[in-house]
Amino acid sequence: MPTQGAHLPVLTYFQRRKPYSSVASAPVSGWGYRRRVSPTSATPGPRALLDAAGTPLLPAARDTLLAALDAGWADPRRLHAEGRQARALLDRAREVVAAGLGVRPPELSFVPSGPVALRAGCEGLMHAGRRRGKRLVASAVEHSAVLTLGRHLAAASGDPSLFEEVRVDALGRVDLDALESALARPGTTAAAVQSANGEVGTRQPLAAVDERTRARGVPLLVDAMASLGREPVPTSYDVLVGDARSWGGPGGVGVLVVPERTRWRRAGPVSELEGGRTDAEPVVALALAAAEAWQQTEATRAAEHARAASLVARIRAAAAAIPDTEVVGDPRDRLPHVVTFSCLYVDGEALVTELDRRGFAVASGSACTSSTLEPSHVLAAMGVLTHGNVRVTLPLEGVAPDREADVERFLAVLPDAVATVRAQLGAAGL
Amino acid sequence: MTPVEVDARGLRCPLPVIRLAAAARGAAPGTVITVLATDPAARHDVPAWCRMRRHELRDVTDEVAGDGSTHQRFTVVVGEPAPVSD
Repeated sequence: MPTQGAHLPVLTYFQRRKPYSSVASAPVSGWGYRRRVSPTSATPGPRALLDAAGTPLLPAARDTLLAALDAGWADPRRLHAEGRQARALLDRAREVVAAGLGVRPPELSFVPSGPVALRAGCEGLMHAGRRRGKRLVASAVEHSAVLTLGRHLAAASGDPSLFEEVRVDALGRVDLDALESALARPGTTAAAVQSANGEVGTRQPLAAVDERTRARGVPLLVDAMASLGREPVPTSYDVLVGDARSWGGPGGVGVLVVPERTRWRRAGPVSELEGGRTDAEPVVALALAAAEAWQQTEATRAAEHARAASLVARIRAAAAAIPDTEVVGDPRDRLPHVVTFSCLYVDGEALVTELDRRGFAVASGSACTSSTLEPSHVLAAMGVLTHGNVRVTLPLEGVAPDREADVERFLAVLPDAVATVRAQLGAAGL
Repeated sequence: MTPVEVDARGLRCPLPVIRLAAAARGAAPGTVITVLATDPAARHDVPAWCRMRRHELRDVTDEVAGDGSTHQRFTVVVGEPAPVSD
């Protein structure tokens, strides 16, 4: 029973000591993901973050965030000095990110996350085009926010043809002929194709996709959540979606770009926020930190790309050398920082746990690591092995300065970790 | 050749594929192996295993058991022995 007047700090001392937190444990030399002893891992020792789904902020973005919390707390819609200051900071954030994406500031809205932007982006295209039809087309490897929306739209109308998932090849690349046929079906209202896949790294042929959607007059939403900050900004789209985490910014900042030329209309009540494209008020400090991270990442992108790509090439080669291991995704036309492989006769959950025990944070698309017990829809759509899956996404070097050494240590233990898990299942020698 | 049945119902990935691989080990080329599985991942992993190991996946069907539960039946034909990979 809570005692009146007594409360616990939100971040306990224990949590502050966790290696990903830089609040209390950051060394003076920097804020990044430094080697620290983890209080939670079975084996004390250095931790290596090989999963970029969530990473510490870039140091400059963190500094900006803290400063902006003090300077931009007011309601940016107020007319008083404090409100005007918050408004100026939000405007500044929008200018920076919009310039980076090559759009005008009013065309860019900050929304709570990339997946929220995906849903809003699709719904707005569908709503604006509702007289043409109610049919959404998407590649089978799109983000689940797109796929679940499409399935919901079809189920709610009782008409399965209102959502079509376009098949991909074994490398995860969308089948352009199948896309063409899907776009040609009457009533097709919008299409969604990602710039590249965040699970397997394969790039999509956006120029060819855009040519086909344009020829059919179907607006194209491009999900660039996996590529922004790592690759050139897509130019062929009618709506563009991103998430600040992909360029070293904070969680809680999605971007929805709706160019003036695009017919887009929000379904639902009118909003006065962010050009009328959301009803969630952006957090000024988060938006500003996202803008700072964008500038930092963009300034170093070419060198970062080259170094990440060379580390990923090493991981691909080392994984391929492990017996009965399939490295998936396009070997060349791919994101620089993503690598995925599946090991035959290996339990994905056990392998993630074994690697975690040895100090490595990796992700997996295997069914046993998901809450639904369904394997990754991306691996399934590609027809590759879904069990024993390991997904490495390299954090930016700016947040993981020891990245190269981490990869070297990872490659040194990986064959033994796989063999250990295989032996546990009695699958050695099969 | 006697057909072989592997009942992997109720087993989670990667166990259905491990049971299948164990049954296929040493089986003569042409041997027909039937696998019953309920794990959602088996739908993807049995075909992937057949491709990686050069066996033929002849058929996949959904079946309803006597108690009303559903499972999948995979029919695999053992191929020529693959070269030892390690």
